[in-house]
Amino acid sequence: MSNETTAWTLIFGAWLVASVSTLGALFFGEVMQLPPCVLCWYQRIFMFPLVLILPIGLFPFDRKVIRYALPLAVLGWLIAVFHLLLVAGVIPESIKPCTQGVPCSATVIEWFGFVTIPLLSAVAFSTIIAFLVPAYPRDSK
Amino acid sequence: MKKGALFIVAAVGLLLVFLFGTLIYKSVKSDSSAQLAEGNRVHLVRMHSPTLGKDDAPVVIVEFLDPACATCREFYPLVKKMMAANPDRIRLVLRYAPFHDGSDKVVAVLAAARKQGKFWPALEALLAAQAQWVLDHKPQVALVWKHLEGLGLNLEQLRTDMAAPEIARMIAQDLEDARVLNVTKTPEFFVNGKPLPSFGYDPLKDLVDKTLASARRAGES
Repeated sequence: MSNETTAWTLIFGAWLVASVSTLGALFFGEVMQLPPCVLCWYQRIFMFPLVLILPIGLFPFDRKVIRYALPLAVLGWLIAVFHLLLVAGVIPESIKPCTQGVPCSATVIEWFGFVTIPLLSAVAFSTIIAFLVPAYPRDSK
Repeated sequence: MKKGALFIVAAVGLLLVFLFGTLIYKSVKSDSSAQLAEGNRVHLVRMHSPTLGKDDAPVVIVEFLDPACATCREFYPLVKKMMAANPDRIRLVLRYAPFHDGSDKVVAVLAAARKQGKFWPALEALLAAQAQWVLDHKPQVALVWKHLEGLGLNLEQLRTDMAAPEIARMIAQDLEDARVLNVTKTPEFFVNGKPLPSFGYDPLKDLVDKTLASARRAGES
């Protein structure tokens, strides 16, 4: 596989992860009617645009799209990690940004005893970053 | 172009999974909420609940209502219109679901007004004036009094009655029933014990019309 094809596949993989995450978030919110907490909204803000931005770099292929996509993914990842620490109780309750509505420290879904929505989000952002970083054009011509 | 085809197949595939997931989830959910209502009939209607319409009406609408909820205010005249269009055939049973913080006090006011036989006028007056006493989604019981003037209520008596322990017990019972029936939003309707397949005026009207029709058939045969 040529270098170009690998990079295309990696960006395509990142798009797949972003799309699955976006549809999953919409399923939780709109179909299961679980109200998203404030931190969830911030993570959505950084996840949803990736679904549109990444394919623009795939057709025609332009790996510079990573320059625009990576900051979103990194910020989303930071918020997801903050959210995880909040749920885990590492960060004390007092500095959590949500006071009204759905508390961000509440756990609404727990699969197999450990899979929560913030964990899914952190895994998704980590995977997107892991796909995008190796595809980044280092030797700029 | 192979990559383009791959992308389109993936995008369409993901959307299809989402749509099928939605359909499956909805059908499982409506089955389970129907079963929940079926298995918990006793939680649906209590002797203490205010009712409107004839006792032997063939169709009973149970409505979980929060007087501070704007959607409840919008639905109230629609339900009344359905009842007016089918005289003596629909009975409305109101259950209290004071989910807004402080709404339980307003429900206590209504329950005390009921002791003076003025429940429905008081409810209608408060719903009509809702914007004046629900400020920023917070019901203010101190602001409801002036909207109750002119209904012939003894407000002095009402203030004493609303603190009665049986009113607090009734509200607690309604909230507990709402929890058992998985009522988390207001208004929530049950028509002859059946929950709405999805929320909205049309689903409610459909279910009421269907229930009326089947009651009519049962009456004829």
